[in-house]
Amino acid sequence: MHTKTLTELKAGLANGDYSSRELTEHFLARIKQYDGELNSFITVTEEQALAQADAADQAIAAGQSNLLTGLPIAHKDIFCTEGVRTSCGSKMLDTFIAPYTATVVEKMAAQGAVMLGKTNMDEFAMGSSNETSFYGAVKNPWDLERVPGGSSGGAAACLGARLAPAATGTDTGGSIRQPAALNNITGLKPTYGRVSRWGMIAFASSLDQAGPMGQSAEDCALMLQAMAGHDHRDSTSLNEKVDDYLGALKEDISGLTIGIPEEFFPDTLDGAIADNSRAAIRELEKLGAKVVSVSLPSIKLSVPAYYVIAPAEASSNLSRFDGVRFGHRCDEPQDLEDLYKRSRSEGFGDEVKRRILVGTYALSAGYYDAYYRRAQQVRRLIRDDFARAFEKVDVLMGPTAPETAFKLGAKKDDPVSMYMADVFTIGVNLAGLPALSMPTGFINGLPTGTQVIGNYFREGQILNVAHKYQQVTDWHRQLPTFGGEQ
Amino acid sequence: MAIDSKVVAQVAHLARLKVDQADTDALSSRLNDILAMVDQLQQADVADVAPMAHPLDVTQPLREDEVSEPNIRDKAMAIAPAAEEGCFLVPRVIE
Repeated sequence: MHTKTLTELKAGLANGDYSSRELTEHFLARIKQYDGELNSFITVTEEQALAQADAADQAIAAGQSNLLTGLPIAHKDIFCTEGVRTSCGSKMLDTFIAPYTATVVEKMAAQGAVMLGKTNMDEFAMGSSNETSFYGAVKNPWDLERVPGGSSGGAAACLGARLAPAATGTDTGGSIRQPAALNNITGLKPTYGRVSRWGMIAFASSLDQAGPMGQSAEDCALMLQAMAGHDHRDSTSLNEKVDDYLGALKEDISGLTIGIPEEFFPDTLDGAIADNSRAAIRELEKLGAKVVSVSLPSIKLSVPAYYVIAPAEASSNLSRFDGVRFGHRCDEPQDLEDLYKRSRSEGFGDEVKRRILVGTYALSAGYYDAYYRRAQQVRRLIRDDFARAFEKVDVLMGPTAPETAFKLGAKKDDPVSMYMADVFTIGVNLAGLPALSMPTGFINGLPTGTQVIGNYFREGQILNVAHKYQQVTDWHRQLPTFGGEQ
Repeated sequence: MAIDSKVVAQVAHLARLKVDQADTDALSSRLNDILAMVDQLQQADVADVAPMAHPLDVTQPLREDEVSEPNIRDKAMAIAPAAEEGCFLVPRVIE
């Protein structure tokens, strides 16, 4: 069952080939068997999953199936789930039982999804390797000595090893797309505001966006259909009509114009990474797409702009963790200041502290103009570059990540080199655009991914481009030896 | 703009983080690596460019002033590290 896509499992359930309980038990058994080594889950919610599966089986029997009825899905541990620990990968929230449920989780449950558990992640989604988690590093199922990427590393690894047929993730600077590329799965970051952020623990509020991670573009379309939509509880959620994403997969792509930003293929890029993405673009040309070269001159400043804006917003968002209302509290505080300082210092890990300090510094008196204001100005230049490109092209393509999965520990003491893992993904977050990563071949047995970036609200179009590619290639159906037996 | 361990200590206080004396040198060195990378922003020509807070230039929406959320006070108090009679407990702040 685990070698089937979510879309195929949906058909299997409708057909009566198996029940949701059988399906759910199958994935729970796989998690038990393999996750000791992979560490992709923080919490497995077996009891709730089986109860949801039984309810789904009753709904199916009564002919009352919804979009996701009976389909097991793993949620990133950044989404609040009432009654279930929501740790965000941090000691700070190790004992935090959320008092309410995030909109994304609620909407998927309303469509009948079964929650398998909560996946591991970099602490507060700050990282590109899943090594900053309080619960330990996640391993890449394609090579257990390598990282799965991050911050949605647990989601990508459990999906890569088929311990879950689908997962949710969040993407602030590439946290869905980069791990998707490193684990041979498909992951989509929607337009900023397309999916509600309510109940999703905030990292950088102007950049954070939740999205689907699946085995195929079709699976992502199915999940996004359930996730997207306006939410009055999130004031940044956009009140725009939700497209028919599965319907969009039926459209013809001949005549589509693909723009290749020269900045996504710099001279310094690993030739094999470039070759895999160029080969993917050629496949789409064979299907009738036209290819033109474009330039995004300001995108070279996306990493520096991001590392002002994201830490600045994080330093503000994370000020809520004060040891008073929820989360970790130090023992025997001397006074209020000691309570704040020790609770925060004990509760946060090193990378989170570094980002809080960078953000606090960038926002402090005398530095605001030089850092934050300037970064917001550069952000506009980056957005305008994309807007000019989209006057000429329908989608933009290039590699998702500059390298394949690196060894655990390789970049641990060098934050700046770690930040460069997101060099091709961050610009999209600053501009608020939708983008996905799809599997496009291997280098020395390790997966690579190619990014498809669309204009605002064109999730349907980029999903369709990936879907057409996946109908003529089978990279996305390749499984790792670890846990991936047929 | 390089920062030394004195600035790190000031910023840590602003952020209500406790940084051990033994760690400040290593920490300032890491932070300086990050700030050196961020300093590339100084290359950009941003004269007359308005700062951008939202990619779609959306403004804050307004809604009717109506109660829309249930009262979950008891649930919210139940997860506090220390609470009594509906109040959060902290060390004494007024002598």
